Amino acid sequence: MGILFQCRDAVDVFRKKEYDAAVKIQSWFRGCRIRAYLRYLHRVATVIQKCWRGYLGRQHYQLIVKLEFCTMKMNLYNAMAVRIQKRWRGYRIRKYCFNYFYLKEYLKAVSETNDAIREALEEFAEMKEREEKKADLEREEKKRDYQARKMHYLLSTKQIPGIYNSPFRKDPDPWELRLQKAKPLISQRPKVKQKRGVNISNRLACTSARSLPQSEILPPIDRKQCQGPFRDITEVLEQRYKPLEPTLWMAEPINELKMAREELRKQEWMRNINDNMFLPFSSYHKNKKYIPLMHSSSKYGPNSYGSQHFRDENPKKWICDKDFQTVLPSFDLFSKYGKLYSKAGQII
Amino acid sequence: MSQRQVLQVFEQYQKARTQFVQMVAELATRPQNIETLQNAGVMSLLRPLLLDVVPTIQQTAALALGRLANYNGDLAEAVVKGDILPQLVYSLAEQNRFYKKAAAFVLRAVGKHSPQLAQAIVDCGALDTLVICLEDFDPGVKEAAAWALGYIARHNAELSQAVVDAGAVPLLVLCIQEPEIALKRIAASALSDISKHSPELAQTVVDVGAIAHLAQMILNPDSKLKRQVLSALSQIAKHSVDLAEMVVEAEIFPVVLTCLKDKDDYVKKNASTLIREIAKHTPELSQLIVNTGGVAAVTDCIGSCKGNIRLPGIMMLGYVAAHSENLAMAVIVSKAVPQLSVCLSEEPEDHIKAAAAWALGQIGRHTPEHARAVAVTNTLPVLLSLYMSTESSEDLQTKSKKAIKSILQKCTYLPALEPFLYDAPPNILKHVVGQFSKVLPHDSKARRLFVTSGGLKKVQEIKAGPGSLLQEYINSINSCYPEEIVRYYSPGYSDALLQRVDSYQPLAN
Repeated sequence: MGILFQCRDAVDVFRKKEYDAAVKIQSWFRGCRIRAYLRYLHRVATVIQKCWRGYLGRQHYQLIVKLEFCTMKMNLYNAMAVRIQKRWRGYRIRKYCFNYFYLKEYLKAVSETNDAIREALEEFAEMKEREEKKADLEREEKKRDYQARKMHYLLSTKQIPGIYNSPFRKDPDPWELRLQKAKPLISQRPKVKQKRGVNISNRLACTSARSLPQSEILPPIDRKQCQGPFRDITEVLEQRYKPLEPTLWMAEPINELKMAREELRKQEWMRNINDNMFLPFSSYHKNKKYIPLMHSSSKYGPNSYGSQHFRDENPKKWICDKDFQTVLPSFDLFSKYGKLYSKAGQII
Repeated sequence: MSQRQVLQVFEQYQKARTQFVQMVAELATRPQNIETLQNAGVMSLLRPLLLDVVPTIQQTAALALGRLANYNGDLAEAVVKGDILPQLVYSLAEQNRFYKKAAAFVLRAVGKHSPQLAQAIVDCGALDTLVICLEDFDPGVKEAAAWALGYIARHNAELSQAVVDAGAVPLLVLCIQEPEIALKRIAASALSDISKHSPELAQTVVDVGAIAHLAQMILNPDSKLKRQVLSALSQIAKHSVDLAEMVVEAEIFPVVLTCLKDKDDYVKKNASTLIREIAKHTPELSQLIVNTGGVAAVTDCIGSCKGNIRLPGIMMLGYVAAHSENLAMAVIVSKAVPQLSVCLSEEPEDHIKAAAAWALGQIGRHTPEHARAVAVTNTLPVLLSLYMSTESSEDLQTKSKKAIKSILQKCTYLPALEPFLYDAPPNILKHVVGQFSKVLPHDSKARRLFVTSGGLKKVQEIKAGPGSLLQEYINSINSCYPEEIVRYYSPGYSDALLQRVDSYQPLAN
């Protein structure tokens, strides 16, 4: 019995060990199996998740791309809209509110006009000054002329040199020359100048006829008789009031013949029935070009000498280019015969 | 006694009367004799001579009366009181031309002194007779009648209306077309006197077609005539836009600009008055004047004359610039601003300076560009000195103050503003500092210049009440600079530094 118990105890000793070992081996194996299964499960789950995540990601990506595309399009549209608005705003302001370039142009035009006006006014002022100076000079000239005419008696003569022509001077004073040129002034009655203001003497002169009561004309002052034999008054009057006796040249006009011809022509014209000239050939009015005979239009055709002119002319020998006059002016040798007052040269 | 001797007595008496009246008329030409004549009772002696048989004596007596009445108002009143006017008016209708001239002369001499005397003339019915004289053949009579009417119409609107109601205006326009220069002058001056009172009277003158004739006469070489014509046109144009437009339609531009170059000063003055009256109504009319180069011509005209002659030209520039900023820019482009500043500094009279200050204010108030153009010519210090000086009149002070304010509110040209920091009174200083505070935050070079020229230092020294506008401006200027700089320039900084040095204990070694 003790060996059985000893065998049993010995087996018991090992039983736990073996049991533990078996458990370990089994757990390990089971663990392996489970782990393999878990691995398998993990792998499968990963595959599913991978697909699912890929699907979601792709969706997300599509969205992003769409969004990006829309943004790009909107940006483009915005940029184009800005361009349009830029142009439109510029146009609108320039057309309806304020155009800067137009203003600049306007100011430039204004300053150019100003310069032009300034120049024109300067010219005008200069011209006025010149005119005034000229008028002044002319007035001075006139005054000096008038003075020279008044002082004409101071001119130097051959015997006595005048005061402006002193013998000690090299050449005479300019006044001397002026005096030489001037015509002596005949003293006239001074003209009554019309003054703007009231002039008593003027008025009196005008109304003197009516101012004082009428008195008789004063008797003439006694004076000496004029000297000398006088012609008979009737002769003098006859001479003075003799009617005009023109010479033959003056009495008839020089182109009397021409005028007479005109006169005749006018009279004939008055009697005409038909004013139009008869035309040389029937289609003249059609302005057709006249084609002359070949015979008469060639170089060897008819000569103008003998039909158009009858004189042999050589223009190179002419001394002047004027032809003879058809009318000669008469000379009045005999027109004044017996009609002159003096008896000089007349046959007694 | 024989007939001859009896007639001789009458002849002597007539001679004596003629001599007396002629001598009195001659003596009356000299002012020193008139007192003596008046004391001798010349009026009462001349009155019966007006009714004399002999026409010459009548005329000379009328002439003498006219000369006496011309001299001063008392004698003219004596003429009126002596009941001479009805007689004159009555015989005016019948007598010859010399008498008409003398009688019209008397009426003119009486009517020129005061409105009451002119009213007395109107009351005795002289206007109708004078208008009849305007139709006379003799130009001297027309001239005398037109002169008398002009002097009567000069005083006030009622008298002008009376003259117009008598039908004088068409006849005056006919007189203008006559060839005699003196008659033209007087008729133009009469039209000018009539139209100056009110728009209705001016319209009456225009309705008769006076403008066309007046415009033609601008080209006449006689300078006195030009004076009157230009004055007439300016009196017509000043009342309303329509009348000014009608004057412009008569094509006076650019011919009127040649009148600005005339030798006679009053022609220049009247021409610039005319242009001023046209320019002040609307921007379109000013634009027209600018387009024809009128601004340049007026500027040259201002440069070539002195004193009161310049005044209308200066005002014209102001009016043109006041309408809009484009026109003000056109005025600047025509080089008017240097000319105006010359006027401002060299004219002795206050009212002309006031006008120049006003014109500069109108030019500079629109935009910073305009203000810069005005400031560059160094006029702002002149304006300031005029404002501050005690000798300037009230008007000059107000105008220069307004001009300075309006220019400063737009001025961004800092070199011109700097002197103002130093010597401006507080109310102007506020604007100056305000302008600085607007410009400095944006311009770095200006900031540097501001510091180096000592402006920042000056700004620190300004005492301003806390919370006032000035303090705000100062703060905004200070905020453009770093702290240390501001503190460096604040007054008393050197003292503060020294205090710190005193209180500093060096580390004990």
